[in-house]
Amino acid sequence: MATAETSGRQATAAPTASGSAPAIELRGISKAFGPVQANKDISLAVKRGTIHGIIGENGAGKSTLMSILYGFYKADEGEILVGGQPTPIHDSQAAIRAGIGMVFQHFKLVHNFTVLENIVLGAEDGALLGPSLSKARKLLKSLAEEYELNVDPDQTIENLSVGHQQRVEILKALYRQADILILDEPTGVLTPAEADHLFRILANLKREGKTIILITHKLREIMEITDTVSVMRRGQMTATVKTSETSPEQLAELMVGRKVLLRVEKKPATPGKTVLEVENLKVVDRFGVERLKGVSLNVKAGEIVGIAGVAGNGQSELLEVLGGFTAATGHLRMNGRELDVSGRHSDGQTRRHDGISHVPEDRQHLGLIMDFAAWENVAFGYHNDPAYQRNGFLMDNAALVRETAAKMQRFDVRPPDPKLAAKNFSGGNQQKLVLAREIERNPDLLLIGQPTRGVDIGAIEFIHQQIVRLRDAGKAILLVSVELDEIMSLADRIAVMFDGRIMGERLPEETDERELGLLMAGMKGKAA
Amino acid sequence: MDRLPTWADAILVPVLSIVIAFAISAIVILGIGENPINAMGIMISGGLGSTYGWGYTLYYATNFMFTGLAVAVAFHATLFNIGGDGQAQLGGLGVAMAALYIPWPNWWLALFGASAAAALFGAAWAAIPAWLQAKRGSHIVITTIMFNFIGSALLNYLLVNVFRPVGSMDPATANFPKATTLPNLSSILGLVGIPFSNQTPANVTFLIALLACLLVWLLIWHTRFGFALRAFGKSEPAARYAGISPVKITMYAMLISGALAGLMSINNVMGESGRLVLNSSEGAGFIGIAVALMGRSHPLGILLASILFGFLYQGGAELAMWTTIPPQLILVIQALVILFTGALDNMVRMPVEAVFHRLGKRRG
Repeated sequence: MATAETSGRQATAAPTASGSAPAIELRGISKAFGPVQANKDISLAVKRGTIHGIIGENGAGKSTLMSILYGFYKADEGEILVGGQPTPIHDSQAAIRAGIGMVFQHFKLVHNFTVLENIVLGAEDGALLGPSLSKARKLLKSLAEEYELNVDPDQTIENLSVGHQQRVEILKALYRQADILILDEPTGVLTPAEADHLFRILANLKREGKTIILITHKLREIMEITDTVSVMRRGQMTATVKTSETSPEQLAELMVGRKVLLRVEKKPATPGKTVLEVENLKVVDRFGVERLKGVSLNVKAGEIVGIAGVAGNGQSELLEVLGGFTAATGHLRMNGRELDVSGRHSDGQTRRHDGISHVPEDRQHLGLIMDFAAWENVAFGYHNDPAYQRNGFLMDNAALVRETAAKMQRFDVRPPDPKLAAKNFSGGNQQKLVLAREIERNPDLLLIGQPTRGVDIGAIEFIHQQIVRLRDAGKAILLVSVELDEIMSLADRIAVMFDGRIMGERLPEETDERELGLLMAGMKGKAA
Repeated sequence: MDRLPTWADAILVPVLSIVIAFAISAIVILGIGENPINAMGIMISGGLGSTYGWGYTLYYATNFMFTGLAVAVAFHATLFNIGGDGQAQLGGLGVAMAALYIPWPNWWLALFGASAAAALFGAAWAAIPAWLQAKRGSHIVITTIMFNFIGSALLNYLLVNVFRPVGSMDPATANFPKATTLPNLSSILGLVGIPFSNQTPANVTFLIALLACLLVWLLIWHTRFGFALRAFGKSEPAARYAGISPVKITMYAMLISGALAGLMSINNVMGESGRLVLNSSEGAGFIGIAVALMGRSHPLGILLASILFGFLYQGGAELAMWTTIPPQLILVIQALVILFTGALDNMVRMPVEAVFHRLGKRRG
């Protein structure tokens, strides 16, 4: 509250003029959902023509705050000032009138409409579409030149890449004359190159005097592009600092409330005998597209092999084949024994018998049944285990509940309630539940995809420790991640995938992000 | 939003729904020019006021329990088996063939044999749609509906051309032998000294239906198969990750579902009519869908919902007999009950949740 008062010099200028008043200011915003205090006395002033980052863990209240700004929720207390003027925002129309534009994490586009139609939708000038469309076309052309925001105006949305769809969302906001642009986790769905392009667009917009609020949980993006950053924790704004005067370590500590290790502590690997051997693995999907084009790879005991690559280059298919639920051709050997990859004599069950555990990339759709209780999810995939049976016919549910309680204790799953449905746990705790299930099976080989996607910083540290611990116990680990940082810090050996092939293998200490980036983009050969 | 306590979820919400359905029915009855309180009295005394009324109510309820369980088992695998009626009719064919062609020495051996035949025929009738779904992706709703018509036509042909005794004008089989007559509820309850009307079709099958409820409950929540079935029903990709075969689950779920629907025919074909007539199931297969919906696919809920629908059937028949209210009105009442307990569930649930939320807040 107090910080807000200090900037209280009366701004008499029109909202569009670049006066000294903050572009947008929140004073004492509070919002509760039943017993949950989502936002508590939040005050924030964003200077015009800056990029302001808001960072916090899942559930810290970032999205609630932005929904209040965009008129989706009404704050219980507090007020919003736009350009120094108190501006009540009852709905999204009021937000648009106040010059606020929002780019959501999940785009709100009509898929079978063209880019132009989507941009004009809801902001048509009259009953006839023609004038609006040609006006939009002209504007689009100038925006494309000014901000590198080029998209084909006549293309339908479904034919655009995710990065281009996002540009349409930004264009929509600019068409509605937004001065303040809010982006909610904008890079979550983008490739590194697309993310770079987005940041260039944002920098251009900033140069033109637009104000940008960037919501993210990625420290790297905050450091890279923002001028100021506010940290949220448990519904409160814990700090607002200049980006140039802070460090990722300090931000992480502010987010979590305690010191966090951003780098993984691990000893050098001592690889043993080869556990997994893959030779010339090929997968053709049901549309006839070849997803894996002859992958060969091995993983030794006591070693973490990381697969780097932009999402959609065959990593998922590789995990699915190894996990036994996608058919392939080629060879797969575990401890020297040939396993079936055709899917005729193998499935997820036989793989588990063969000593392979699998933490899938998409825990909400593959790894867990969201409506099942935690104890049922601990049995999931191992429900045929004789240890979970009673007199042959019935399952020993009571024993499972007890076992789950113990696992939750060991893996620090919160809340430690075995009867709670999986959907009621946070992303990090869901992942810990899957890890507890798979790691405690003591597998020879652990497949693990995107281990920390959507997981809080505090839990990331724990999950990385568990993976290293399993490696040190002499197990083979195949790690797939689109986060290059994660691969660089965890893997003992890195294989880069592009277009269904392994482009090359590198040792983390002998390579850098630039070289890996080139391999990820499909460029062969050593970088000079 | 806070979760409702179990008792409110399982009892309060359905009871409120039923009360609203009856309230609207009362308005309709008023519109016809009859006294709704009087009508309600006739339904209750006719359906539940005597052991005679109870006998009929429980007889109908037995049918609905089997078809309701059939729908529920498939539904846990997210398979919508609309074919319960056809499967029940084919089950009747199995019962008739077992009763007519095998010389049973006594009723309980006959019951075993006929049950096996009923389950087998019902399962077989579900097997083809199941296979088409599992292997070819043909939608089970469409195929099971079509199999109802095919089953009907098949029985029509068989009863007219094959099973009809020479000289009979009635498209039905001959009467089953005396030895296959099942004991009625009156004689069973008589063993433990409870007097019960012997003028009703309620028979030993009611007890088998109760047993079926128990077994289905064990199957769904306490066996490996039930676990895999529910997992597959919640998420097919996750089931494949876990190594649960979608083909196997689809086949087994539908076979069990068909067998349960088929088992209904020991109640109506063997227990009541003692011969197989045209359209023996009388639409009970479809009521099973409403029963499963209302009972939330839980055997206990299905038991209670079956008794409610049995009461509506019997009370409705009494209503048509003693008032000028047309029997179609019972369909209206049934439709309202289905509408409020099934389709409009959230209309009642959300205000109840809001009330509980407010109460919880005050206490907290």
